[in-house]
Amino acid sequence: MSAKSQNTDNAVSVRNVYKNYGDVQALHDLSLDFPRGQLTSLLGPSGCGKTTLLKIIAGLLPASSGEILVNGQPVSGPGPDRAFVFQDFALLPWATVLRNVAFGLELRGVVKSEREAIAEKYIADVGLKGFEHSYPHELSGGMRQRVGLARALSVDAQVLLMDEPFSAVDEQTRRKFQEDLLGLVKNENKTFLFVTHSIEEAVYVSDQIAILLPRPSRVSEIIRPSGFRHKDTDSIRRDSEYLDIVDKIWSSLRTYVE
Amino acid sequence: MKLFGYELPGMSSLILWGLLWELVGHLELTFFLPPLSAIFQTLMEIGTTKVFIKALSDTGYAFIVGTVSAIVIGIPVGILMGKNRFIDELLLPWVNMFLSAPLTALVPVLMVLFGFGLKAIIITTALFAIWIIVLNARAGVLQINRSLVEMAHSFGASPKDAFFKIYFWAALPEILGGVRIGFIRAVKGVIIGQLLISIVGFGALFELYSANFLMKHFWAVLLVLFALAFLIAEFLAYLERRVAYYAARRSV
Repeated sequence: MSAKSQNTDNAVSVRNVYKNYGDVQALHDLSLDFPRGQLTSLLGPSGCGKTTLLKIIAGLLPASSGEILVNGQPVSGPGPDRAFVFQDFALLPWATVLRNVAFGLELRGVVKSEREAIAEKYIADVGLKGFEHSYPHELSGGMRQRVGLARALSVDAQVLLMDEPFSAVDEQTRRKFQEDLLGLVKNENKTFLFVTHSIEEAVYVSDQIAILLPRPSRVSEIIRPSGFRHKDTDSIRRDSEYLDIVDKIWSSLRTYVE
Repeated sequence: MKLFGYELPGMSSLILWGLLWELVGHLELTFFLPPLSAIFQTLMEIGTTKVFIKALSDTGYAFIVGTVSAIVIGIPVGILMGKNRFIDELLLPWVNMFLSAPLTALVPVLMVLFGFGLKAIIITTALFAIWIIVLNARAGVLQINRSLVEMAHSFGASPKDAFFKIYFWAALPEILGGVRIGFIRAVKGVIIGQLLISIVGFGALFELYSANFLMKHFWAVLLVLFALAFLIAEFLAYLERRVAYYAARRSV
């Protein structure tokens, strides 16, 4: 496997990562590759350590042992090559949409006029034009997550880490987000790491699905849907391969659901 | 407040109590309570005298220097306590102790340490105000949404950026609440300081008027003090309301 992974172009590689919380083993000898320019989902029942893994890759949590490689270089903390999209949006409630989107650039010391120009472009890209001077509490949940997404896009990191980004928005918004995400993966030429607990969502948006099983967490299976990725967004959900994969994942996960 | 179905403007009850005071004053039940109108008349008379202006500026100076130092020291200390477990465990017992301690009993010690002058009064004022400011800033930081901290960290915030761009603003509603209560306590502190340490400012006027049974003068100074404390507290409450909208929604 290691010989193969060196040949293919991986934006992020996880090498033999362990994470312990006291006596509790959250991650056990976990290795996983994330191909460049693709979307990889981390899917699994709750408590399988998928968010823990994502935060270790982000540099927000230290691994107990093992290595994270981003573009072949080991990393130990957050860096400009990765941007994080939070489950609960993590917006500054006291700042406008414009400042929130520009906040990543603000922290990196980009001058005001420049960072606001960049932020305005991404605000328009995520469909929030006209809301630049609104405050987060004036927006719906879906719009707030668009702000979070625009903030992550505006720092132009090659790797986007998304921690259950659509779990706090309603079902219709969620479907729209999933469609938009497919467009984003196609057009942005970034690598997406996507944590979700929804099987349908994972199969719908992913180039590669890593199934994580708990106690202790390890990668049990990697699935690469191939047949429907080129289809348009409407017909994916009716595709037979899509349905088969959803069924297959459910049958392997159902024993872990109490 | 409503009366016969009419909504009365805010603080109308003060008018009612003022009228009652006026009435009781005119009954001449006790020398202790002159009519309110006579007190206001006295206030007009002494309000422009040099003695009064001097007392007002002395008290105001000690009050402002005392509270500003309490804020400048208290807020960062509180935020650091909320951020850092070690600092918190080191300081929290002291903060809690001083918050509930009868600080008046400490004033003689302050006199020994800092002399009988303005310095001791300012320190007394600051000591009355600072503990609640520290505790509130700490409480504000403790309830910060962890995601905000992680967000700042993930975008590479320096500790200084995190402090000024996240912690301070996220804790601001609680900080302002603490400053408001701190100011009210500081009014107490500055008067106690002026009564016990060196007889200057409003403290001296209280001493002078009550010792000579000049009740009209006494009440006039007291009313000015009440009014000032009330205005400051209301102004800070107004600032608090302006940021309250996000206090309840810090999870967004």
